[in-house]
Amino acid sequence: MDLVASILIQLLNGVQYGLLLFLVAAGLTLIFGIMGVINLAHGSFYMLGAYMAWYFATMSGSLLAAILIAIPLAVALGLALEWLLIRHFYERDHLYQVLLTFGLILIFEETRSLLWGDDVQGISIPAALNYSIPLTDTLSYPVYRLMMSAVCLLIALAMYLLIQRTRIGMMVRAGAHNREMTEAMGINIRLLFALVFAVGVALAAFAGMLASPISSVYPGMGNQVLIICFVVVVIGGIGSVHGALVAALLIGLAETFGQVFLPQIAGMVVYLLMAAVLVFRPQGLFRKT
Amino acid sequence: MLNPTRVLLAVALVALIAFPLTGGGIFYIQLLTKVMILAIFAMSLDLLVGYTGLVSLGHAAFYGLAAYTLVIVQPGYDPMSILISLPAALAVCAIFALVTGALVLRTRGIYFIMVTLAFAQMVYFVFHDTPLGGGSDGVFINARPLVGWDEWRLLDLNDRTTLYFVVMALMVGVYLLLRRILDSNFGRALQGIRVNEHRMRAIGFPVFRYQLGAYVLAGVLAGLAGYLSALQFLFVNPEIISWHQSGAVLMMLILGGMGTLSGPIVGAFVFVLLEEFFKDDTVFGAFAKHWQLMMGGLIVLVACFLPRGLIGLVQRRRELGEAKHDG
Repeated sequence: MDLVASILIQLLNGVQYGLLLFLVAAGLTLIFGIMGVINLAHGSFYMLGAYMAWYFATMSGSLLAAILIAIPLAVALGLALEWLLIRHFYERDHLYQVLLTFGLILIFEETRSLLWGDDVQGISIPAALNYSIPLTDTLSYPVYRLMMSAVCLLIALAMYLLIQRTRIGMMVRAGAHNREMTEAMGINIRLLFALVFAVGVALAAFAGMLASPISSVYPGMGNQVLIICFVVVVIGGIGSVHGALVAALLIGLAETFGQVFLPQIAGMVVYLLMAAVLVFRPQGLFRKT
Repeated sequence: MLNPTRVLLAVALVALIAFPLTGGGIFYIQLLTKVMILAIFAMSLDLLVGYTGLVSLGHAAFYGLAAYTLVIVQPGYDPMSILISLPAALAVCAIFALVTGALVLRTRGIYFIMVTLAFAQMVYFVFHDTPLGGGSDGVFINARPLVGWDEWRLLDLNDRTTLYFVVMALMVGVYLLLRRILDSNFGRALQGIRVNEHRMRAIGFPVFRYQLGAYVLAGVLAGLAGYLSALQFLFVNPEIISWHQSGAVLMMLILGGMGTLSGPIVGAFVFVLLEEFFKDDTVFGAFAKHWQLMMGGLIVLVACFLPRGLIGLVQRRRELGEAKHDG
């Protein structure tokens, strides 16, 4: 019985981790797919989100209030960045996008260091969600993690509806498919790009906020997530949101179960998975060629 | 006609040779040795990025693999011949490049950037998480490899000036080797692939094999740089494989000017000197702790305004001058 319960716990953990990765990877894959921009600084938004959540939650005493303050800030940051810098790099070689966003990472990390210092911080789980559901006599599962998964699933559903069922979503899909043609049809592509970028930033920052009570808040926390999300995007296929969802779940489960069953090579499992996908489908699982 | 870039380079080389003879301080001899090692590293990346058109963000993997090979091949307190550890390090890099190259070259563009980064990260975790090379704390190397065999010695690498000249000779050697390769049919084919891969394939060039050749060669030369770095500092830690290292070498390349061989050399010098300047607390006081902010700002500015690098500035002035001359 305990074995079943502990496998269930790992399963839930893997799904929760995967859904969190999806929030970051969804923005990344849309920014790649639609604007053709590689954004290394995407992990920094995750880090900034977590720090903002910690900072505002300590000030206001409520994580929810902190999230409500921080999300508009993240959107504003995304819009400002797009307008100031990213917009001028759409037509440039990927090499310069790499360089630009690499420089941005250094700037964000040092700004974080200037504003909030280099210490590891933590937030407590909101009291209303700080209890566990008992599974067996000894094992239980924290409600906060279940809530995280539920919120991520809701966002995934909302994104699906937005992209598949609305006019804006139609423009996004058209833009991802053929940028020039979409522009020729009279779609305001600049505004669309700015919006997609800002939403991507906000999603990554929100993932950081959600994760802040269960993982501590620390410098460089975005880099780890970013590289895993690259793997997610490679496996799922660039520009494919549902590919990102499937790949994120796959990676989340592989990493979680890897740490349980193969702890010696857990760090490598994800990359081996990527190598396997590259051998059989170099364009990713869900990208049409 | 005399190429001003090459004249400058020749002058710089003479200055580099003369520097230790004028009694330059030990600190600067070590700093310049480090710079020249990074110049080799940046030149190796240029072969991929500047000449073959493959933007790799995982080049530090080779640098680190070679450095760790030295650690693993020579674990004890006794120095071992360089004739064993150097070929071993380069062979490890060649094999890793061959295996990962066959995979990453199945992808293009953004995918290629992400996949090279991911493989480098895999190597990072191998040395970070396993006790193979001292884990996250890094590991000391107890003795510098010997240049010689049995009782016979050609050079003593413990002498800092000797090491300086050895590294300089290798840097010039790598420059000449790459120059020669790029002028060969193989090198010309690589440059053709950068411009138009499909056309090269249509003409009948085995594009994949040429790219793989370039990838392996670049990996081996990066390995040479990593090996020299471990040999210089006698210390290796996983951070040399981190993507900051891969990003930094890309920055050197673009700062100097990619697609030229002198560019990466100039870039390595300017990058390290700027880094030392930003870190200098006599200039920036307490803010020197946040030197990465200034470095980040500089990188953003280079990406925005200096796509062809410093060498590009010199060349553009020359092109403008020639245009005026012709007109």
